[in-house]
Amino acid sequence: MKKEGFFNIVGGDFSRSGEASTQLKQILHSMGINNDTIRRASISTFEAEMNVIIYTPAGMLKYEIDDDIIKIIVQDMGPGIEDIDLAMKEGYSTAPDWVREMGWGAGMGLPNMKKNSDEFKIDSVPGEGTTVEMIIYPKKGRE
Amino acid sequence: MKLKKIIEILDAVVLDETRDIDMEINWACATDLMSEVLYYSQKDSILLTGLAKSQAVRTAEIADISVVAFTRGKEPDAETIELAKKKNIVILITPMSLYLASGKLYAEGLECSPVTKD
Repeated sequence: MKKEGFFNIVGGDFSRSGEASTQLKQILHSMGINNDTIRRASISTFEAEMNVIIYTPAGMLKYEIDDDIIKIIVQDMGPGIEDIDLAMKEGYSTAPDWVREMGWGAGMGLPNMKKNSDEFKIDSVPGEGTTVEMIIYPKKGRE
Repeated sequence: MKLKKIIEILDAVVLDETRDIDMEINWACATDLMSEVLYYSQKDSILLTGLAKSQAVRTAEIADISVVAFTRGKEPDAETIELAKKKNIVILITPMSLYLASGKLYAEGLECSPVTKD
């Protein structure tokens, strides 16, 4: 059974932050995907969604789910990342104080997406935006 | 450790008294940084945090954490309470600091969430 679709993400909209990831989580549950796999996919997606909300005016989360592969692409129209190697370092962050006061901006977002994905690709053009592609191979069984 | 015991140790208030406090909690994670929760926590954990905002509830939901304890008596706003109800997450409020709450639970045998391998 294959499912695909997308969610629009509006930058700065903290009141709805996590909604796209939550809905994707429900879709994965409804498809009977393994729980650990759902957790990994949800964490990766949530971090990517938060980056769009925190740093960009808008973005889109696209998903393709099949029995043996979950592919999540998050594309934004943000400022882009100048130095991707630096951004991938745990603890490196450019988040302003107001973002930190909301509990974000610890510099763990991209490392967390990579940790919870089986394949992780990031492509960014300063001034144009960033695209993150994450692939997760589901474990067998429910738990 | 049963949630009932955690509530006693933390001298905590349960926001929704209809909730099941017999559930088993295996680990604890204490931080105000939501990415740390996502990076280091395990499911079946309790999240102890000073961030009494909807972000903590959202993060708990994504990380399969069913109990969030707000420290230093911080009361969440109505939106956060509503979200927790909708997402089936139990909210506790403890008068203790994050340090004291963590120390007490650790001393009683509730361990730190183990880190999953990359």
